[in-house]
Amino acid sequence: MFNIFWMILKRDIKLALRRRSEVFTVLFFFIIVVSLFPLGVGFNEKMLQEIAPGVAWIAALLASMLALERLFANDYVDGTLEQMLLAPQPLSILVFAKMTAHWLLTGLPLVLVAPVVGVLYHLESDTVITMMLMLLLGTPILSMVGAIGAALTLGLRGGGVLISLLILPLYIPVLVYGAGAIAESRLQSGNIEPHILLLSAFLLLSLIFSPWATASALKISLE
Amino acid sequence: MSLIVSDLQCIRGDRQLFSDLSFQLHPKQLLFLEGKNGSGKTTLIRTLCGLFIADKGNILWKNQPIEEHLEVYRKALFYLGHLNAIKGDLTALENLRFNHLISGQKSNDNDLLDALERIGLFGYEDFPTRELSQGQKRRVALARLIVNKSPLWILDEPFVALDVAAVALLQQLISQHIDAGGMAILTTHQAVPLTEGEIQHINLDDFSIKSGRVVDV
Repeated sequence: MFNIFWMILKRDIKLALRRRSEVFTVLFFFIIVVSLFPLGVGFNEKMLQEIAPGVAWIAALLASMLALERLFANDYVDGTLEQMLLAPQPLSILVFAKMTAHWLLTGLPLVLVAPVVGVLYHLESDTVITMMLMLLLGTPILSMVGAIGAALTLGLRGGGVLISLLILPLYIPVLVYGAGAIAESRLQSGNIEPHILLLSAFLLLSLIFSPWATASALKISLE
Repeated sequence: MSLIVSDLQCIRGDRQLFSDLSFQLHPKQLLFLEGKNGSGKTTLIRTLCGLFIADKGNILWKNQPIEEHLEVYRKALFYLGHLNAIKGDLTALENLRFNHLISGQKSNDNDLLDALERIGLFGYEDFPTRELSQGQKRRVALARLIVNKSPLWILDEPFVALDVAAVALLQQLISQHIDAGGMAILTTHQAVPLTEGEIQHINLDDFSIKSGRVVDV
């Protein structure tokens, strides 16, 4: 069971590294969106600090949507997904491996470049650390919830737009608590613990339900 | 160990593809599914694999419904459809290894390399498969048959895109598999000469079922 998890994880990462442009697209999209805001709204230090949490999170949401469409599409087109469905192991394990690979390739890099946002928006180091922590908790949720949408819209024409319509509303709690915690951490009396606990709860919920839901959606899409 | 299908019915949209379809497949038997394009061959094959749920009827493997013992059935099943399940960015060996292991089989690299050599891809093991021709890609997919130990093979149009030598090799592989007590279901118009065993034909146009002992070809 763990064997097949490792195998798929390794294969997806190997495939992505042989086609690096797809990984960098997500990362550069995030950096560009984040750096466009100061150009648009002006360089007022106070205002930038105010909008930083929301901007960083919205850019992260949109960036993680970019690669979602391809999560299952390539395997679907070349027939690998069919073979995965016929594997003796539970499909949810295979799906979970693909989600993990997706997060490592698109979510984790966003966490690592968060200090860039800090520099652009004049954030203090404590706030940057909170931002990295919240992104670390939140981006896996984006990958896992997004996978359900990717599986449901597999093989549909215009699936890319449909995924956004299906999935972005489900990202709202992550956005609210993720950005909320960063804003809170800038206040003297701020307490980010409730935000961390709530996001962790969302993370656990999606860990339990999303592989199963995605596997069921894939079975329907391939019927 | 046998596959028993009874009263199978499949409806796609409002068109009935087949109904009351019953047949049995035992070791050393080869089943040909025939019928014109659009007669439901691929749907039947996908139903037999458990990818498509039939509207009515039962599929039993070792006398147990396949949907209740999916793990056992899938370990026993080898399926190859129209699509090769080959990734252009991976080498022939990496593709073969991944597809082989994912179907729940075990093996070492030497066996896999031997399989690639036998299927005529010696020297191409470390090439990214996107640089190979259509026929060579198909060969990478079919190399799995050489290392596969599953008793039941379900192959949808396996001879497509192959040259004469590869067709002969595939015929030989299927025949050896049947000889060794395996079972196979094929949709193809290509004859497969067998040395022993039994051939059945199911025609989805008129639902006739013919079976007979092997005749020398």
